[in-house]
Amino acid sequence: MRRFKSSNPVRLAARMRLRGMLRKEALQILRDPSSIAIAIVLPIVLLLLFGYGISLDAKHVPVAIVIESPSEEAEDFAASFNQSNYFSPQRFATIQEAEQAMIKHQLDGIVWLRNDFEENLLAGIDSPVGVIINGVDANTAHIIEGYVNGARTSWLQKRAAVHAESLNVPVQLEQRVWFNAGMRSRNFLIPGLIAVIMTLIGALLTAMVVAREWERGTMEALMVTPVTAKEILIGKLLPYFVLGLAGLTLSVGMAVWLFGVPLRGSLVILFLTSSLFLIAALGMGLTISTVARNQFVAGQVAIVVTFLPAFMLSGFIFDIHSMPMTIQWVTRFIAARYYVSILQTLFLAGNVWKVLIINSLALMLFCVFFLGVARKRMVKRLD
Amino acid sequence: MWTHLKALIVKELLAVLKDKKSRLVLIMPPLLQLIVFGYAATFDLNNVPYAVLNEDSGAASRELLAHFEGSTTFDCVAHLDGDAQIEPLIDNQKALLVLRIPSDFSRSLAQGRTAPLQINVDGRNSNSAMTALNYVQSIVSTFNATWIEKHGGSAAPARLVVRPWYNPNLVSRWFIVPGIVGLLALLVTLLITALSVAREREAGTFDQLLVTPLRPVEILLGKAIPGVLIGLAEATVIILIIVFWFHVPLLGSLLALGLGLILFLLSSIGIGLMISSLAVTQQQGLLGAFLFFVPAIILSGFSTPIANMPEYLQLLTYANPLRYFLVILRSVFLEGANVSLLWPQFWPMALIGCFCLFMAGALFRHRMA
Repeated sequence: MRRFKSSNPVRLAARMRLRGMLRKEALQILRDPSSIAIAIVLPIVLLLLFGYGISLDAKHVPVAIVIESPSEEAEDFAASFNQSNYFSPQRFATIQEAEQAMIKHQLDGIVWLRNDFEENLLAGIDSPVGVIINGVDANTAHIIEGYVNGARTSWLQKRAAVHAESLNVPVQLEQRVWFNAGMRSRNFLIPGLIAVIMTLIGALLTAMVVAREWERGTMEALMVTPVTAKEILIGKLLPYFVLGLAGLTLSVGMAVWLFGVPLRGSLVILFLTSSLFLIAALGMGLTISTVARNQFVAGQVAIVVTFLPAFMLSGFIFDIHSMPMTIQWVTRFIAARYYVSILQTLFLAGNVWKVLIINSLALMLFCVFFLGVARKRMVKRLD
Repeated sequence: MWTHLKALIVKELLAVLKDKKSRLVLIMPPLLQLIVFGYAATFDLNNVPYAVLNEDSGAASRELLAHFEGSTTFDCVAHLDGDAQIEPLIDNQKALLVLRIPSDFSRSLAQGRTAPLQINVDGRNSNSAMTALNYVQSIVSTFNATWIEKHGGSAAPARLVVRPWYNPNLVSRWFIVPGIVGLLALLVTLLITALSVAREREAGTFDQLLVTPLRPVEILLGKAIPGVLIGLAEATVIILIIVFWFHVPLLGSLLALGLGLILFLLSSIGIGLMISSLAVTQQQGLLGAFLFFVPAIILSGFSTPIANMPEYLQLLTYANPLRYFLVILRSVFLEGANVSLLWPQFWPMALIGCFCLFMAGALFRHRMA
């Protein structure tokens, strides 16, 4: 009986305080256009830019076809390049001219058929074709090499069909690409991009906003009120959490409807795991702000420890398996890594429970850790 | 004018470098990022996890598999007994590739027929999938060539002899790492300049600056020059690390590199000051810097080629100073370019720099009036 009497007003007051906090934070967001900009405009701009701007699929590669002495066989060989839409071939009569054009960055590759190409071919002598590729961009160079190989193979097949003979190919590849049969790079970049955007909304926004409160001294003002540290945390987290979910909804919608990325997993799980990641990111932002205390440092630290790792070390664009062991070990401390794995799996592969559960558990650890640290630092400041 | 300016430059440098935290933030992260990203940013595959389902008991399949085991690129994680085991392996990302050798593999080869090698690839990361398939293709080509040599028959004509220029082993790190100079120089200068005016506004010291005898141009220069100095210092250190730590060859003219760097710093500082003169709070300044920084990286060709973008985005890249600077960096480092070859990259940056500094000046005066 006594317990009921005393706890009820306390709980009531607590609820009122919390409501007040939430109202204050919500008003602050609504009145400062830059917060809304980060949550709504940023995802749109980033998705449009990345969705259209980042592509690893080379098309219409400018290549030179050097035919030193025109012949029927050489023409046939060149024709296989004209027919492919991977290339936009140009004809050169000498290798020197082609090399000059390549030095001036007008070409990415040269295919060189020498004087004796037809002669050797008909005589059945080894007739090598020179291929020069600009190797500065090694990844594109590999892709171009693959395309040139493909053009040669289609020429060989056509030639074999004309001469009614079979090609001597002992082992042939039969490839089956799972989850992304067209190998569209967009399909794996855009889900990963959502992780980058969520990092920005969660960590950068809260780090800046809370650092501003420290800088202006309004945080101290808050702390002398009866509001508890836990209530301040919730008051900071909840409005930005809602903002983050709005950004997420927008991003997922654009990914599916604008960019045609398949969403094969469950939408509910997507939102649940995203909430986990968002809480972890918000916790990171809060922790950074309590450590940095001024906006310049908080902003810098947020970019350096959250955004750039989410970009480079999360597997969003660079494959984690290819990194040296020490760096792979570092990526284990990047929350975005687990979220990128969840997103790529949910979008392209579907509900693969083992992947989802392991990565979600990791995200939970991040949530607990960062919220714990943020809470602890808040309490410290109170006394 | 010079004494005014000198005092202002010293003040600005002190403002940035005196605070222990902001000094730390300017010096440590770029170096740390260079090291971490230098190792992390690669499109080359190492230790590709693969599994084998060999239904064939002949010698030919073992010979083919020996080619995979001998390669440092591939790393065998499992030998399977049945089709049912393939799916969980790929689903759970335990293996990127599963090779399946059908039961009549050796027999077909012995009879001179083409034998298929089935490859299942996890396409979630399409670039890794494509690169892995290319590696597999080259292993199979080697196998085919040795098989034909041993068992007779004529090889296919028009053998390709591939020779990459500038980067003979096609190391993608050589492509990414020089680009990091541009990335970090842009980040540092933007952050110094974009927040500098807003910070003074918030602290109220900007009004104090305005009542001094300094003219707007002097204030602007006083804000720009420290940025150039800090940017130059950081970029120099980064370039030294790239050459002596990452052993990326620096073949071209240092003059071209230096000229490119200064023009690039001027244009990025112009952009930073433009943002600065528009931003009222530091948060807006940072947001502005960010809204420029991220698209600037994407539309520069830093990680993916500009040529792969749609036409209208390619047009947009011409307004991005980083685009030109990346070409300069890569040409000077890998292609051994000199000033005259890079002329088409210098003048657009100079143009962008002049325009932005002029605009920033106009905005400053407008704000003060």
